[in-house]
Amino acid sequence: MSTTSARTSYDLERIRGDFPLLSSTMRGNPLVYLDNGATALKPDPVIDAEVAYLRDISANIHRGVYELSERATVLFDQARDKVKRFIGAPSDGEAVFTKSATEATNMVAFGWGRKALGPGDEILTTELEHHANLIPWQELARQTGAQLRFVELGEGGVVTAEAVAAALTARTRIVAITGMSNVTGFMPPVTEISRLAHDRGAVVLVDGAQLVSHHPVNVAELDVDFLAFSGHKMCGPTGVGVLYGRRALLDAMDPLLYGGDMIVRVYRDHADYRGAPERFETGTPNISGVIALGAAVDYLEEIGMEAIARHEEQLLEYALGRLDGVEGITLYGPRGVRRGGIVSFNLGQVHTHDVGSVLDNEGIAVRTGFHCAQPFMRHLGIHGTVRASFYLYNTRDDVDRLVEALGRVREVFG
Amino acid sequence: MNLDDDLYREIILDNYKSTRNRRALESPVFKQEGVNPSCGDDIELYLKSDGDEITDASFEGVGCSICIASANMLCNAIKGMHVDEAEALVDRVKGMLTRDETPEFPEGAEDLEAIQGVAKYPVRIKCALLSWNTLHRLLEEVRGGTPAGDT
Repeated sequence: MSTTSARTSYDLERIRGDFPLLSSTMRGNPLVYLDNGATALKPDPVIDAEVAYLRDISANIHRGVYELSERATVLFDQARDKVKRFIGAPSDGEAVFTKSATEATNMVAFGWGRKALGPGDEILTTELEHHANLIPWQELARQTGAQLRFVELGEGGVVTAEAVAAALTARTRIVAITGMSNVTGFMPPVTEISRLAHDRGAVVLVDGAQLVSHHPVNVAELDVDFLAFSGHKMCGPTGVGVLYGRRALLDAMDPLLYGGDMIVRVYRDHADYRGAPERFETGTPNISGVIALGAAVDYLEEIGMEAIARHEEQLLEYALGRLDGVEGITLYGPRGVRRGGIVSFNLGQVHTHDVGSVLDNEGIAVRTGFHCAQPFMRHLGIHGTVRASFYLYNTRDDVDRLVEALGRVREVFG
Repeated sequence: MNLDDDLYREIILDNYKSTRNRRALESPVFKQEGVNPSCGDDIELYLKSDGDEITDASFEGVGCSICIASANMLCNAIKGMHVDEAEALVDRVKGMLTRDETPEFPEGAEDLEAIQGVAKYPVRIKCALLSWNTLHRLLEEVRGGTPAGDT
């Protein structure tokens, strides 16, 4: 359905036409989808790719010698190559398919961390983290006797390289940090943080769940050791995520699951394991999901991640300007720094779920609550926020509808 | 669906804004915390009793309008009730929200009918039920006799 030539200008109408849900209604109103931080809508090419595998191929991978299995294997392997190219993986890096970004952070915490850390070692993270990049480290600290330490946050929840430098010690073994906050869209300076961490001999894991779907990412430039991200936030299906890692680290890691496909030779009482990525992909993987994720990469690349990031940046600026004018609003997050297309706010004392319900009734989908980031909510001294998060298909009209509906919230709860 | 008819009826908003029952009760008192981990709503329910009769009820905490309005109605409704009547009321409210029933509410508890519209918004049912689930746990303690709580 799409041509192979890159689109020359940002054709918003055409992009919107690719997403069937954008022409639907919610509670009787045209849908305004502003919950992209939770998951992205899926375009036709992704839906078609998943259905095509299920309908026309269906066979398992890496097993049969027959044509259908061969076709499945080729598509699966191609998807891995696409994902690696998408994030600029160098030749000494590998991408492992997981079920989610959460599984990816857990694989590092328990597959690598349990071997690498001991009492007195330190794990450095931030209060900005999504629980997916916090709880595994809490648990790892508990199991190994390592200490979990936090970078001091600046005004509006920023993480500076200076604050990271101040928190790093000779005992820091890993720095686990988000690439983009799912509450404020703030993007920590990952390249600088990597350099500082590596100078101290620490490994760097970036939670890329938000970053990868909204910005061009090159793991070689960022110089990270691990990158965890999910497929469904980048227009792919649910149930598939990625752990990128340096091959040397991956090969030294223990898998969390053991079974078929990860082995070279199996004897009665032991087995020899393969290297990454197969070592970590035992059991039949989410083949349809992986193939559809490959289609999502194609789709995003055709539009261009630079163009998508620019579109969201402009939309964020417009949204901040409009929301600034809303009576009784409190906006969170830093101003005047690089941020992804996320805006978090509260409206007077109205509970976030009440705001969410009024917006829902107007056809507007936003996220409400603490966004799986309770420590950051505590840092801000609030119980939650209303979050509008943008993606490639959102429009200024969506922002206008949001602002208008906030007026309705005041009518009900005034 | 109409938001004003279903979710945010005037009775609900009035109960949400009411501060009459939003306080701690002095010890000795039965108290129980209720938390909705998915949304962070967190209330503390207080009861005083004379034998099996509930003599006073109040609550504190944070929650959305549905959660707070429901807790306020609960406190108004159960004052003066026998624990068995209160338990039956818990079941009637649950029946209304989760089993599509239209119960008759006793005198003084008629406001509770206003919560019925919440059933049309499945994700908000847990908001309305938080205080009732908390009451259910607390009533077992009241039947046990001595208040363990200390304010």
